[in-house]
Amino acid sequence: MSIQIPIAEGLFSWPAAKPALLASRCKRCGIAAFPVASSCMACSWQDVEIEELPTRGTLWTWTVQQFMPKKPYRSDETHETFTPYGVGYLELPGGVRVEGRLTENDPEKLYIGMQMDVVFEPFRTEDNGDEVINFFFRPVQ
Amino acid sequence: MDVAIVGIGIHPFGRTPARTGLQQGAYAARLALQDAGVEWRDIQFAFGGSASAGSADALVNELGLTGIPFINVANGCATGGSSLISAYNAIKSGQYDIGMVTGFDKHDRGAFNADPKELGIGEWYGEVGMMMTTQFFAMKIQKYMHDYSISHDTLAKVAEKAFINGSKNPNAWRTEPITVDEIINSIMVNNPLTKFMFCSPAEGGVALILCRADHAKRYTDAPVYLKGATMKSRRFGSFEVFAPSQALQQVDGPTVDASKAAFEMAGVDPKDMAVLQLQDTEVGAEIMHMAENGFCEDGEQEALIQQGATHIGGSMPVNTDGGCLANGEPIGASGLRQVYENVLQLRGQAGGHQVPGDPKLAYTHVYGAPGISAVTILQR
Repeated sequence: MSIQIPIAEGLFSWPAAKPALLASRCKRCGIAAFPVASSCMACSWQDVEIEELPTRGTLWTWTVQQFMPKKPYRSDETHETFTPYGVGYLELPGGVRVEGRLTENDPEKLYIGMQMDVVFEPFRTEDNGDEVINFFFRPVQ
Repeated sequence: MDVAIVGIGIHPFGRTPARTGLQQGAYAARLALQDAGVEWRDIQFAFGGSASAGSADALVNELGLTGIPFINVANGCATGGSSLISAYNAIKSGQYDIGMVTGFDKHDRGAFNADPKELGIGEWYGEVGMMMTTQFFAMKIQKYMHDYSISHDTLAKVAEKAFINGSKNPNAWRTEPITVDEIINSIMVNNPLTKFMFCSPAEGGVALILCRADHAKRYTDAPVYLKGATMKSRRFGSFEVFAPSQALQQVDGPTVDASKAAFEMAGVDPKDMAVLQLQDTEVGAEIMHMAENGFCEDGEQEALIQQGATHIGGSMPVNTDGGCLANGEPIGASGLRQVYENVLQLRGQAGGHQVPGDPKLAYTHVYGAPGISAVTILQR
């Protein structure tokens, strides 16, 4: 039976009723980092705690990837089936700006400052049928 | 002890199927030796870099086995700048009198495909399609256009100017001018940047001979002095390539830091510079680097570029040899190409791409992954 697996362990809570991106926050300077790191990139402190990031934020900047990347890109697509995809940084209040793929790829529908939700959806299917889950940013509906 | 550049050599950039990257490096090295009037056996040390064409120190197989220390340098797109600073310090320290800096490369066609693991980033980052330098540059200029009202037409004018300058440079790769319409309407790569707004990985080689300033006149009538040479990496909070996240509080990037340090070291101001070579891996980079290096305020680029200020003959000529846009980017050689161009300019030997007015001070800037910048200030 096929199951859903996260694209990387520790990137977001999974499985979870309400999954969220995971950050580490420095216990000395209070800076949050994504993905979780064992030390603080701001002050080098090694005492950090893990927390869930907000699931709604503001688009800080964006682009659309119009050509299929070479390896290490690993999706189910071929050059024939490749669909351009949006990429952006989402500012999560009180946390950090996280880079992620957007569910929207129409440049006419993307603008700096728009509200987006963090969602968790299948990205590719492994040979054994497992669905690999990644995080995406989706315009608030 | 000041440091002088007394010999320069270049292998034309672009595509040269008949020569390996190493052979292109050796070609440039022999021209630099000839330019300084010295032989390889006179060289006491070398620093060199190549990202895709083998180890730079393998050049000794081409040039001769003389026993000198030859140190390989790898700092992404800033490799050439880092090599130059290393050589500068080696002479400045008094340890050596004369040495060589070299860089060469030969890349495959198409965008670079970097490996996240080498930069300490999880493999997922590459798998989902975010390990792309082009995306970073697109997102940085997208934000900058939004904040400072830079137009798409201005983006295209940067590329138009690059190809005009390239057409005047016999060592450039792209030597045909391309119109603003063609640039804007070429295939979209990463919004808002089209194909002709990006440079491409390429091939080429550059070598420089450096010596103690008090020995310079032994080798040349026209020494060029390295008055400033700095290199900085990113501080926490700067917005950089290959960053899965970005701090909420943004700080100045390594370009601002390296630039300020170089001006302080040289004791000169941005307005003193007669010619500028600024990293232009795409058009947005050139625009933003004008401000980051202190040559204008954020947003002033729109008027400056529309008025032609950055053209040869303008008030602040930028990338007079066509830059990365017209020369392509062989990583190991790219930063040294800028220095080569500025030495030509200061000697008055740049031919069709010479800036007028007898330039005395010239500036170079490179930026590389994952957030490093190197700057030089040259003086005649």
